[in-house]
Amino acid sequence: MLCEDVLERLSAFLDDELDPLRSREIQQHLGGCPGCTRALDQMKALAGRLREEAPYYRAPDSLRARVSRAAWSDASRGRVPGRRLGLAARGWLGAAAAVLVVIGGTWIVTSLRQGRAGFGSIEREVVSSHIRSLMASHLTDVASTDQHTVKPWFNGKLDFSPPVSDLSTSGYPLIGGRLDYLHGRPVAALVYQRRKHWINMFVWPDEGAADSETPPRTQQGYHVIHETHGGMDYWIVSDLNSEELSAFARLLVPGGENGQKR
Amino acid sequence: MTHETRPETAGPQRSLSPRELDRFHESVLPYLDAAHNLARYLLRDAHDAEDAVQDAFLRAIRHFDGFRGVDGRAWLLRIVRNTCFTRLSGRRSGGETVEFDEERHTGEEAAAGPEVDLARKAATESVQEGLDRLAVEFREALVLRELEGLSYKEIAQITGVPIGTVMSRLARGRKQLQLALAPSGPKENG
Repeated sequence: MLCEDVLERLSAFLDDELDPLRSREIQQHLGGCPGCTRALDQMKALAGRLREEAPYYRAPDSLRARVSRAAWSDASRGRVPGRRLGLAARGWLGAAAAVLVVIGGTWIVTSLRQGRAGFGSIEREVVSSHIRSLMASHLTDVASTDQHTVKPWFNGKLDFSPPVSDLSTSGYPLIGGRLDYLHGRPVAALVYQRRKHWINMFVWPDEGAADSETPPRTQQGYHVIHETHGGMDYWIVSDLNSEELSAFARLLVPGGENGQKR
Repeated sequence: MTHETRPETAGPQRSLSPRELDRFHESVLPYLDAAHNLARYLLRDAHDAEDAVQDAFLRAIRHFDGFRGVDGRAWLLRIVRNTCFTRLSGRRSGGETVEFDEERHTGEEAAAGPEVDLARKAATESVQEGLDRLAVEFREALVLRELEGLSYKEIAQITGVPIGTVMSRLARGRKQLQLALAPSGPKENG
């Protein structure tokens, strides 16, 4: 292959969108051509800059509320007398999701105003943050299954270093991390997966707190586990069943593989 | 907050059935951020972008029966980008100069042309500025690829062009952006 043929296809090669044969030809060419290799490196660097530096414009809450309301009111306008009850009930379910988004924002503001929030309100914050992360398709700021990528990502973004471990060998692969704001402070949110279920784990330091673990509690259909060890507060939330979520929580405790913590 | 909401736009609108509403919440609403991000990059104006997304969602609700339930993101983003392009052409006819021409760059093997000079001229400081200066169809392809992580096939679906066109738009968009962001003028690749 000639350099110009390679350069022309480099962008698609980078995106892994060439057929295997072409892709292999380019791979071979790159092995012996420093010029094309440099061009590929530059293109990779550009892609990296784009992903890191180009702003991602999330929808403002006001727009989110308007759109959700439009969908809901549209459905309720279509009421016909005979179907009234079923419609109202089901419409409510859909609307609940919309309302949650609004409430989610309000909770944070409210708890900030109230200063240090109590136990129950953190639990609610945790759940609404979990729901928000799923609804806004903003699960992760850094998407990586590699703990050595996720952990350093928090450097400089938080005043503590959250413990990050990949639990994929136990069936809970790490998906990534993100910054979140809970309990009146920036916190680390680590995202794990169990089959089709997402697990959000919020971590922040709580120096001097004694090690503790609460059994799963249920809030709005989500299971929430709170535990403290090593001076860190962990809040774990998911729609996963409570047994598996408890098993997950035990994996986080140092030496807890055997689940003999409590 | 009351539950009484007036329709945001006039005109006949079909209504979502309860099941459709659930499906809408499940498969379309989660992509609101992606919709807004795309609109913001296409229109380069915060206010316009919000308006366009709201329009697009109303349109999506109205035409929800046309959604086969396969890929809510592609379905929504196609509506969003069409809404945005309609707005852009309205702007253009309103006298504002917008440097895009949908069919101009579809030739696959066209070499670096005048648009490279255009990018060169611009002393670009940030990635965002560099993106903003690209022709809108290049910017669109790059946003969908790099910020949404979509495949060429999905981008082709959304933008309504063949995959080969997506490929060349990305290649050329990258080349232009690279030149625009180069610290000291254009550099030659090996």
